[in-house]
Amino acid sequence: MRLPCPLCGDRDRREFYYQGHAVMLERPLRDAGANAWDDYLHNRDNPAGETRDLWHHEAGCGAWIVVTRNTVTHEVLGAILAENAKKTGAQA
Amino acid sequence: MGYSGFKVIKEGLFGQKGWKPVWRTPEPKPEYDVIIIGGGGHGLSTAYYLAKEHGITNVAVLEKGYLGGGNIGRNTTIVRANYFLPGNSEFYSHSLKLWEGMEQDLNYNTMMSQRGVLNLFHSDGQRDAFVRRGNAMLNQGDDAVLLSPEGVREQVPFIDFENTRFPIYGGLLHKRGGTARHDAVAWGYARGADQRGVDLIQNCEVTGIDIQGGVVKGVQTSRGPIRAKKVAIVVAGRSSQVAQMAGMRLPIESHVLQAFVSEGVKPVLNNVVSFGMGHFYISQSDKGGLVFGGDLDFYASYAARGNLPMAEHVMDAAMTLMPAIGKARVLRSWGGIMDMSPDGSPIIDKTDTDGLFLNCGWCYGGFKAVPASGFAYAHLIAKDTPYKTAAKFRLDRFATGQGLLDEEGTGSQHNLH
Repeated sequence: MRLPCPLCGDRDRREFYYQGHAVMLERPLRDAGANAWDDYLHNRDNPAGETRDLWHHEAGCGAWIVVTRNTVTHEVLGAILAENAKKTGAQA
Repeated sequence: MGYSGFKVIKEGLFGQKGWKPVWRTPEPKPEYDVIIIGGGGHGLSTAYYLAKEHGITNVAVLEKGYLGGGNIGRNTTIVRANYFLPGNSEFYSHSLKLWEGMEQDLNYNTMMSQRGVLNLFHSDGQRDAFVRRGNAMLNQGDDAVLLSPEGVREQVPFIDFENTRFPIYGGLLHKRGGTARHDAVAWGYARGADQRGVDLIQNCEVTGIDIQGGVVKGVQTSRGPIRAKKVAIVVAGRSSQVAQMAGMRLPIESHVLQAFVSEGVKPVLNNVVSFGMGHFYISQSDKGGLVFGGDLDFYASYAARGNLPMAEHVMDAAMTLMPAIGKARVLRSWGGIMDMSPDGSPIIDKTDTDGLFLNCGWCYGGFKAVPASGFAYAHLIAKDTPYKTAAKFRLDRFATGQGLLDEEGTGSQHNLH
């Protein structure tokens, strides 16, 4: 599997650390309450099909990226910088 | 039809013509007392113990594919009770006892082989940790022996003792651990459940769960609606999809775990050997193949096959531990879909819907749990209270933070197990 880093281009999966679903970018406010925090930390849609997840290009440029890919076929559909995903709500 | 040595000889003399299918192929009835969603190891053992221990036989097991076609057919067949934490410890101890009596109980040859599980260690600190674990195993009533490097050499003389990065400091031997024939376990439980009147319904995919006023009423399936007083979900890697039909969002992420088998070779490896520092473990099947595996690929996946980096990592670890393995050719590899929970431990619990039960989160350790999981789940379904060995497998432990079962001590977070 190769991931398209927006800064470096197509790179081997070995260069990336997997954090988990991109829902990790939607951190609740401090006073959002226990349910919101439990949901954020533990519960997942866990889709069989298209998903968006967060990877760190740790052995490359160091960018955090949001990758859109298919969990059933391992097809990689695109990637954007996590910074942009957070700012604009854009999707890869 | 019972199995015996006499029966095998008789059939051998008369052309093997007397064997019959060992379970029925029934049409689904309009209503059952209990519907079990998922005809894998855990679902079939649940059905068996519902019938045997609780006399509940108006039960259907609904399987979207064929019986035992999921992770019970895609694992590395290891059985052990070497857990440390209270909650896990008594559960796996119970499971190992059920494994030891399984063949007599089921009248089925599950090829249970207590060849011993040997965990290697490579530093003084790791030895201390294994001493502690071994003592916990003895306390739970199971067995553990601490081996010196010479003791390890007697068991596995051909591993690399001179490795400078991971020298062998010794091992923890769990003699009652071992392997079993994975398919036979599913088939044995299926046969036992069927004989007691459970309907095993294959090619029947559940497409919806009917809930009215917070009470479960039945399921929608590819073969029509079926009513039920109780519905029990036990679908491993697909837990999130099935639970979603009941409006639930689970603390589960599905990951792929790969395993490998070599061509058959002469008997070389007596035990199951684990090399934790390389995330590697290996045993030899009765057919002669070296069966081995490593860690998760570490990204969410339903593909039931992995990628090259983890395959390479596993081969690297194999060559590090056991250089002779380089002579053997890899025959095939496969992947299973693991229902990973945040703390690496399972969930056997009721849900917020009356009559709807959940069994999931087995991570990469579901095979050894098959008997005790079914036993405990059947108890929960029949009595509405948790069985004593599974009392800590609560769904709400992540929300409350109480009773987390982080066996590896790495944290209760999705990407850490």
